[in-house]
Amino acid sequence: MDLTTHYLGLTLRNPLVASASPLSQTVDGVRRLADAGLGAVVLYSLLEEQVRRESEQNARLVDAGTESFAESLSYFPSETEQEPGPRRYLSLLERSVAAVDIPVIASLNGVTPGGWADYAVAMQGAGAAALELNIYYLPGDRHIPGREVEQRHVDVLARVKDVVSIPVAVKLSPFFSSTGEMAVRLDEGGADGLVLFNRFLQPDIDTETLTAVPSVGLSSPVDARLPRTWISLLYGRVSASLAATTGVESATDVAAYLLAGADVVMSASALLRHGPEHAAVLLDGLAEWAARKGFGSLDEVRGRLAVPVSADETAHERARYVSALQGANTGVYGPW
Amino acid sequence: MTRATIDGNEAAASVAYRLNEVCCIYPITPSSPMAELADEWSSRHRTNVWGTVPKVVEMQSEAGAAGALHGALQGGSLSTTFTASQGLLLMIPNMYKIAGELTSAVMHVAARSLATQGLSIFGDHSDVMAVRQTGFAMLAAASVQECHDLSLVAQAATMSTRVPFVHFFDGFRTSHELNTIHMLDDDDLRALVPESLVRAHRARGMSPERPFIRGTSQNPDVYFQARETVNPFYARVPAAVQDAMDLLGERTGRAMRLVDYHGHPEADRVMVIMGSGGETVRETVAALTARDERVGVAQVRLYRPFPTRALLDAVPTSVRRIAVLDRTKEPGSIGEPLFLDVVTALTEAYQDGERELPRTSGGRYGLSSKEFTPGMVAGVFDELALERPRRRFTIGINDDVSGTSLSYDAAMDIEPPDSVRAIFYGLGADGTVGANKNTIKILGAEENLHAQGYFVYDSKKSGSQTVSHLRFGPRAIQAPYLVQHASFIGCHQFSLLRQVNVLERAAHGATLLLNCRQAPEQVWDALPRPVQEQIISKQISLYAIDASQIARDAGMTGRINVVLQTCFFAISGVLPRHEAIVKIKAAIEKSYRRRGAEVVERNHAAVDATLAGLHQIMVPEQATSVVELPPPVPAHAPEFVRTVTAEMMAGRGDLLPVSALPVDGSYPSGTTQYEKRNVSELVAVWDPDSCIQCGNCSFVCPHSVIRSRYYEPAQLAGAPAAFASAPLVAPGLPDRRYTLQVYVEDCTGCGLCVDACPIVTPDDRKAINLDPGAPRIADERENIAFFESLPATDRTRVDFGTVRGTQFLEPLFEFSGACAGCGETPYVKLLSQLFGDRLTVANATGCSSIYGGNLPTTPWTSDAEGRGPAWSNSLFEDNAEFGLGLRLAADGQTALARRRLTELRDAAGTDLVDAILSAPQLRESELREQRGRVAELMRRLAGLDGPVVTDLLSVVEHLVRRSVWIVGGDGWAYDIGSGGLDHVLATGCNVNVLVLDTEVYSNTGGQMSKSTPLGAVAKFAAAGKTTGKKDIALQAIAYGNVYVARVAMGSDPQQTLSAFREAEAYDGPSLVLAYSHCIAHGIEMKLGLDQQSRAVDSGYWPLIRYNPVLRAAGGNPFLLDSPRPRLPLADYTNRELRYRALANSDPAEAERLHGLAQLAVDQRWEVYEEMATRGAHRFTPDARKDR
Repeated sequence: MDLTTHYLGLTLRNPLVASASPLSQTVDGVRRLADAGLGAVVLYSLLEEQVRRESEQNARLVDAGTESFAESLSYFPSETEQEPGPRRYLSLLERSVAAVDIPVIASLNGVTPGGWADYAVAMQGAGAAALELNIYYLPGDRHIPGREVEQRHVDVLARVKDVVSIPVAVKLSPFFSSTGEMAVRLDEGGADGLVLFNRFLQPDIDTETLTAVPSVGLSSPVDARLPRTWISLLYGRVSASLAATTGVESATDVAAYLLAGADVVMSASALLRHGPEHAAVLLDGLAEWAARKGFGSLDEVRGRLAVPVSADETAHERARYVSALQGANTGVYGPW
Repeated sequence: MTRATIDGNEAAASVAYRLNEVCCIYPITPSSPMAELADEWSSRHRTNVWGTVPKVVEMQSEAGAAGALHGALQGGSLSTTFTASQGLLLMIPNMYKIAGELTSAVMHVAARSLATQGLSIFGDHSDVMAVRQTGFAMLAAASVQECHDLSLVAQAATMSTRVPFVHFFDGFRTSHELNTIHMLDDDDLRALVPESLVRAHRARGMSPERPFIRGTSQNPDVYFQARETVNPFYARVPAAVQDAMDLLGERTGRAMRLVDYHGHPEADRVMVIMGSGGETVRETVAALTARDERVGVAQVRLYRPFPTRALLDAVPTSVRRIAVLDRTKEPGSIGEPLFLDVVTALTEAYQDGERELPRTSGGRYGLSSKEFTPGMVAGVFDELALERPRRRFTIGINDDVSGTSLSYDAAMDIEPPDSVRAIFYGLGADGTVGANKNTIKILGAEENLHAQGYFVYDSKKSGSQTVSHLRFGPRAIQAPYLVQHASFIGCHQFSLLRQVNVLERAAHGATLLLNCRQAPEQVWDALPRPVQEQIISKQISLYAIDASQIARDAGMTGRINVVLQTCFFAISGVLPRHEAIVKIKAAIEKSYRRRGAEVVERNHAAVDATLAGLHQIMVPEQATSVVELPPPVPAHAPEFVRTVTAEMMAGRGDLLPVSALPVDGSYPSGTTQYEKRNVSELVAVWDPDSCIQCGNCSFVCPHSVIRSRYYEPAQLAGAPAAFASAPLVAPGLPDRRYTLQVYVEDCTGCGLCVDACPIVTPDDRKAINLDPGAPRIADERENIAFFESLPATDRTRVDFGTVRGTQFLEPLFEFSGACAGCGETPYVKLLSQLFGDRLTVANATGCSSIYGGNLPTTPWTSDAEGRGPAWSNSLFEDNAEFGLGLRLAADGQTALARRRLTELRDAAGTDLVDAILSAPQLRESELREQRGRVAELMRRLAGLDGPVVTDLLSVVEHLVRRSVWIVGGDGWAYDIGSGGLDHVLATGCNVNVLVLDTEVYSNTGGQMSKSTPLGAVAKFAAAGKTTGKKDIALQAIAYGNVYVARVAMGSDPQQTLSAFREAEAYDGPSLVLAYSHCIAHGIEMKLGLDQQSRAVDSGYWPLIRYNPVLRAAGGNPFLLDSPRPRLPLADYTNRELRYRALANSDPAEAERLHGLAQLAVDQRWEVYEEMATRGAHRFTPDARKDR
């Protein structure tokens, strides 16, 4: 079955995309992902703050102990601290692009306006097929008005679109008062794709050591419901491509996302859990499912269970909500 | 012509690199920067003047570098090396070969003292004078500009004459002086070194296409004649050098001669001198001739072949008195080398009737960078004016033993009034030197300004003080001596006012800039009285600024250097203020642009805020302060410490007379205890309530500032109120009290103790924490005095086998000047705790010999009974052999003692003698018993007499088993001393080797050794090391009879302790490889122990012990003490800049090398695991007898 997919104006051999994860931290890792059959790879996120922090730390470490003792006026070759900035990331990007024949998408998490623009241009220069903007804001901040957060997303997008010609996707947070409106604003702002959703750092608590443990656990299929719901609501209502991420464990999860209307389905957790080769399991499973269901192409699958464009989204969602509650109250989860 | 402000090393290296194809290098102070620059240029693919990127190869020693140099030259390549001191001595055998074969080459030498009664890294001509007989021509540069120019002249002359050259200049004084010079461009280089000569050199190289034999063995029939064949080549050298100088002069306008004369054309007194001192003499001669004195100076540039004709032509025939100054000492000679050469030349000219014979005196000056000033020059001329000047003399010291020294006027000032002279006092950590170097670059770039900078550093690596000497002026600055009369003094740390006489060199009417926290109106009162008095008497203008606050406000906490640099520009008037500020900002932009706009903005904000925060302080007419300067050492210190050590500590060591110093380099040990340096604002503070008394903090403390004692509760009587005490937690010792005492004035605030503490209190603190030290000092002084009055723990009652137990063992290595948080010193301290009272240490040159033996104060000390480690440093390359010699001597004297004792068996008592001879002496209790027996023996011997008794008494101390340890770093063990170490291990003798493995040459600034791991960046491996670390543990294991351990205190202190004790107890050679985190790794030093754990957990540093004793008992001698790797290697390496640096500069290569490194870790683990499970019979047999 032909799994060819279009995402951000790019042609992919299939709809399965490796999302940002430690797997894409080396060229070998990216090559493994490509060899495993994925349609595209999103590199791990370049964090502007991290680049800057590391650069400052390096400068401090290079200076430590210098000009103190006559025999050892320095401890590193003189140019050691001269290479801050995103060079390591850009090199990985450049080498990955050269190493594989699938699109390599760069992921950027900026802080300053200059950082977003400069790094975006540099990523385009290094051969990125597209950019994914990972606009992270701290949900714990109690003082930022919601409208400001929203405007920041729109501004960042505009700034990047101004300086690059490659497609730009925005990875969205699920925590907007009106996620739908946000998606539409970004769509209107020129986003070539929307990636649903970003997962935020949610520290765990270790009750033995009495410490908060910073972690992002791997996702599970149940986490897919929220993004799938929104994809089904946005399908056909925005011109941007839709990428689903979170909770892809099996071919069934891939199929469900496509049915909801996703153009591509991204996976990190399953690939981390089972290895990049798990991609083949997902793709074979998808093809087998589609054949079993009698679908001739993915176009027949995509959006099949989206909320129809003609429907009233609010009524539709409320009906589902009511139905879910009724299910719960009739013992779906019990008895204990 | 391009101007640049660079130091002598860079000036020489710039030419040497551009004119050579191969650089064979090895690090040695002060020449290392030349090699480092060459390596960096090569790694950046910079080409020489003929388009080739020179190949730079680091060798295992200077002997290796010379061998490789010889080979590269014989292969037809243009080749060079850079060295100094002992390094040059190691090259001597090859120098004879290279010269004997008439091989064109230049060696660039930053001339340095030789290790004699002590090592010195500083400059004189002892090393170069030791190679004057090798057949190398020798060319001496006197200034940074000459370093540059004569590098080219030497290369040109060696190419045209085939005689190899040593091009030398004064270590530190010239090699490290920043000065504004005119750079030679590539065309200049090509003009003096034509390609035809390069091709001729190449054609002389070995080739199977045109074979010949070079290096034959010759017999009495021809060797002599063959040796004389080279004479014409040497005869041509002076003319060739002058030709090159002339050509250079034509192109640059800088004229030089083989021997340059300056001064009165009809001088009656002349000085002859080489090196930077010549510049001082020249300037002084100019000042004296302006006063109508008939004096002159002959500056010798070509020293070998000795330019007799040039000297005679240079020195006016009117001369009646000559002083020849040598910067070296040749004990027992009739005179120093230059003196003898000059006398011979003059005598022969007299004998030939060419001229009268002046009276010639020979003097020594400037050894080990001793200052050589205009006043000293004038003092020598004054001596020459006497009717009978001394035949031999010294200048610059007070020789009250042999009476050689001349007196002089120390205050003489000849410097031009239009120059600005400034001195800055700071700490290494506060960036003062860096800012001053930046200032020099800024001002040196001004078209009408010349700049000079020279920096004096501390002998300690933590909390070190720096003094910067800067000059600026409209003319070239030829003053190679410290600023003596400064118009500007910057004191960047208020605390230094109490430690150093910062106004000693302030000129009348100078300006003092003080960085202090006090409000402007409180500054005057905070000054010590002697400082106030000098300010008033010298009419000094006083300015104050709270640079720390301004830096903090600008978001640059601790970065006070930019603020103080701005103050200097604002006050000194060296540039118009507005213009100066613009230039500072431009320099900041240039320096910090790559670190991001935000960093630049913060620095600019600090500059802007500076002027508002700078206050002139009104100076009253009377000193009002009641603050007096504290004495450098306490009154109870031993006399030597009070009269000699204290003077060195106070910066007055130059004034010590010869009679004050030991004649053979033997100094009393245990002197760091008298130097309370208070280098850290934060110090360790014990919390008795939460402490579980595990001893970890004490175990890891690199500076021995955490001590424990337990005692009877009654002994607390009379304790100071603030003395902390807790019930002792130890089974079998109920009702005892425990105190963990921190020596706060010696604490460096490194934080390793906090990291090692296993306790976390509910308020997120540890049982030991870093808190401000100043408020505690007074109390803690009393507490320490009381603590020391408590009885020392009885060593026989201590459990040596546990970390908890060792905290009660007194460290006999304390308060060293090692870096704060040093990873080496905890091991050294442990050595002293376990075996200190019977320990002999052979210490290789390196960090451990510097923090272990650098004057003025040294950390090896003794116990209450007066016993302690006997420590010596021979050299770098010979340490294993040196230690073996100590063992052989001990063995020989032990054998003699046992023989004599046996002979006296009846007289001394058979029971006692038999007990002594059969004592096992393995455990501390057994050693104590043996000490008791030996004491009893001595009592009995006192009642006997005869030659056998006398003989026994001379060696009786050897009846207590001695512990000989050979200690050094990886530069020694893996590289320069590798052959010796291997050999010593193979002798089977009972020596113990401790390798403090930092994986680089730490002491010389982080150059690669064969211990440096794959993928790490280091100097000489700027592009990442591409070979793996040598596994010398496996090499040693292969012998079968060597005890081997690899330890990492931060991962498993108990295993470290076991390894030390097993190694010492093992009756054969032992090798302990100790992971030592280091500032050169690019880590947060307070997390050094954590990094050690990661090194082990990732499998990078598997903990092992190989004990032949186990094999003898039928067991597997190889113990793999650490668990299987549970971290990816990256979790260890990513935390160190040495690895991250490559990931930034060459990500693809970093990824490649990292992949290989992980593979290597995995493979090695497999090998070790297999070894740990194989049968004992599969290991090499242990061939020791009587085991």
